[in-house]
Amino acid sequence: MSGSLGLPLEIVLGTLVLWLALALASVAVSRYPEVIRSLFFVGSLGSLALCVAGFLAITRAPQVCVLPLGLPGLPFHLRLDALSAIFIILFGATTFSVSLYTTGYLKHARYPAGARMALQYHILLASIALFFLADDAYVFMVAWETMALSSYFLVVTDHQEVAVRKAGFLYLLIEHVGALAILLAFAIMQASAHHGIGAGYTFHAMRDSTLPTGLASAVFFLALFGFGAKIGLIPLHVWLPEAHPVAPSPISALLSGVLLKLGVYGILRVVFDLLHAQVWWWGVTTLLIGLMTALFGAIYSAVQSDMKRLLAYSSIENMGLILAGVGLTILFLSYHMTVLAALALTATLYHCLNHAFFKSLLFLGSGSVLHATGERHLGKLGGLIHRMPWVAFTMLLGTLAIAGVPPLNGFVSEWLLLQAFLGATSFPHPYLSMAVPLGAAVVALVAGLAAYVMVKFYGIVFLGRAREPQKSPATRIDGDPWERAALTYLALGCLLLGLFPAVVIRIFKPTLALLIAGLPANAHGHSPHHWFLLAPIDVAHASYIPWVFLGAIGLTVLMTFTAVRILFRKPIRRSAIWNCGYPSLTARMQDTAEGFGQPISHIFVSFLRIRRTLPTADDQTPVYRSEIEDLTWHGLYLPLARAVSWMTGLVALLRRRRIAIYLLYSFATLLVLLVLAP
Amino acid sequence: MPLFAQAINMLAALFLLVAFAMLSQRRLANLINLYALQGLILGLSIGVVAYGTDQPKLYFSAGLNLILKVIAVPWLLRRLVRKLQVQWDRETILYIPTIMLLGLGLVIFAFNASLPLSELAGTINHNTLGIALASVLLSSLMMILRATAISQVIGFLALENGLIFAATSVTYGMPMVIELGIALDVIVGVFILGVFFFHIREQFDSLELNYLDRHED
Repeated sequence: MSGSLGLPLEIVLGTLVLWLALALASVAVSRYPEVIRSLFFVGSLGSLALCVAGFLAITRAPQVCVLPLGLPGLPFHLRLDALSAIFIILFGATTFSVSLYTTGYLKHARYPAGARMALQYHILLASIALFFLADDAYVFMVAWETMALSSYFLVVTDHQEVAVRKAGFLYLLIEHVGALAILLAFAIMQASAHHGIGAGYTFHAMRDSTLPTGLASAVFFLALFGFGAKIGLIPLHVWLPEAHPVAPSPISALLSGVLLKLGVYGILRVVFDLLHAQVWWWGVTTLLIGLMTALFGAIYSAVQSDMKRLLAYSSIENMGLILAGVGLTILFLSYHMTVLAALALTATLYHCLNHAFFKSLLFLGSGSVLHATGERHLGKLGGLIHRMPWVAFTMLLGTLAIAGVPPLNGFVSEWLLLQAFLGATSFPHPYLSMAVPLGAAVVALVAGLAAYVMVKFYGIVFLGRAREPQKSPATRIDGDPWERAALTYLALGCLLLGLFPAVVIRIFKPTLALLIAGLPANAHGHSPHHWFLLAPIDVAHASYIPWVFLGAIGLTVLMTFTAVRILFRKPIRRSAIWNCGYPSLTARMQDTAEGFGQPISHIFVSFLRIRRTLPTADDQTPVYRSEIEDLTWHGLYLPLARAVSWMTGLVALLRRRRIAIYLLYSFATLLVLLVLAP
Repeated sequence: MPLFAQAINMLAALFLLVAFAMLSQRRLANLINLYALQGLILGLSIGVVAYGTDQPKLYFSAGLNLILKVIAVPWLLRRLVRKLQVQWDRETILYIPTIMLLGLGLVIFAFNASLPLSELAGTINHNTLGIALASVLLSSLMMILRATAISQVIGFLALENGLIFAATSVTYGMPMVIELGIALDVIVGVFILGVFFFHIREQFDSLELNYLDRHED
């Protein structure tokens, strides 16, 4: 290797080395918690550098390099192109805040946990950076496995508890089943590559070869399964609601904000970069699975009463929407409708970016709540807006963003996705033209449910009054300054991504051009002059100006404020709450999480599996209990487990613990072979 | 048919007869004698084949078999039985007539199975392959049906006799190196099993394998 690699690639590799060095350093200084915390801060600067590198790289031509690492004769091929760059930006921008947050979060961490987290965390970051650069199947899988293992260790940080170990095992298991599928997909592509045996494992060789449709479909579905396990498609989503609650909050944020996107990156890389021709029914399958996942996630998140489990199901819902976008892109591309494909892909990428921001914000925020109250169960929280106003305000922005309220970022990507669905009326296939726009209805339903979920989440946690007696209720517990900085940064990101959609979409342009062959140079209606206006097809058709909403909201608030000030010129007076005529009103009489979710669980009862225990009429201390279980466990995984144990039972019949029986087996085998011999 | 070919067929018939005798023999001391007798027949038949085909290397093989299977291994086994004080033990074998019938079926099966193979072999004693295979199967049957460790080992040794017999009948024996190796294995095997018997005996006060089976849990 000689000469210059190009600045962006050098920055990324430098950051990678920095993170590895931090990982090693954390072992050396494992007994000094203050130093460990500063390591996280240094790591966050690395994330920032990575973000800059992504911005530099996105407009440049792809840069390649070959690292003399790996096995002899199998070097690592790296490549930094527009697709990697966009995900590196996402990755850097999100992990910057997570690292910052962890700097504050570890203040109270006991001795071994902090150092172990620092070690695994920085290895995880380095492996993800390497993953985005991978340009051959070998380094791709190495980075993927390193990512899986280090994130597993992070999930089981509190490994003393059985539930944590169980959840971690589930995560590791599904991750590895998925990794096997990915490996198989690469094996098929490598076998069909024309570059001889030695070099067939590079993506370059895979790109140059074209597979017959049958093999390409096999690759596609293996990749969809493998990366789908990471993304959390139904029925592979079961690890998400188990692993997210038990992991430390920054790790949950990382899992949800960044690691789920690795699956999206993998699918985009395989489907649009390595495979050439897309087939329409791939798109339809992906679209259907995506929509089902989104609906499933939305319904289940509405009925959860664990704060982080609720967010995990909400992640499933968002990933479903993203996958629906991918499916739509494939569908458009298979009929060479490049402009609409670009629109769908823009919505997908945009939603990835948005989800990374607001979901990290929500997970980190709930981490602060968890730290302050020690409680994850919604039914025991409440009224926290008084005690943690800063966290409450940033979380408000986050919940509004995820609920898809303009002018924040969630609205932009969901609106773009809806536009893509509604544009899908001109397929040569009449059934598709009729059926695909119906997907818009599902997206709208999911968006509505998501808003419902977020009202529940925010309302129960922050509004009202504390449902359980609290330790020292008067004190402010508003999080560490580091934590607040991270939350503010993410909330600001949600706001800016919502206010400047045209600017963001211009950043996506090289990525779109890379993935969608034959895209017209100025595909979108917007021109550089209209930085405030978003019009995916043309201005007359549909357009969106976030500033109008911001202005209207600002104006309404201002007018209300002045009206109140003018009409009631009185100082604020605090008094007892009106008790609606009931003599005794306690905090426990507020609406609960279960109560708020009851209409949803009533309407969608056929999607859920609810176990209720009702008190009898003469019970002195009545307890009402309802547990909502994931349908896929009872519909798929438990029968599968039973089938496996039945088969092993059959095998156990062969083991009779008598020497004569074993001798009889070999004797019978001999006889059978002799019979078959002629 | 030349005389030595008839002699080979006769010896083969005796070999099979001894195999049946071992299958139904209850007394351990007699079982060892039968094993020695089988070794003697094997050695003689190899010798006859060596004479008939004029292959000097088969004389070595015959001598080796005689020394090992008529003198060395039976002596070791007898000593073992004396030390374990089981030479007067009688084993319980159920349904001897049934076992005999089963053995008969196996012999027919073995002849049928070896028919295509023995036609391919160009040796003068190719008819005896069926008998060799039959004795292998009978020895396996004996291993399955016996309950004590020593008679199972004798079954195993008889199985090895059958294999050597098969080898001479198809290809005039195995290469010398392999035969020497097998001979060494038999000696070492008997020694090691002897040690094991003592341990089994100390542990369970019996050589019946039922105890061992139950102890496996």
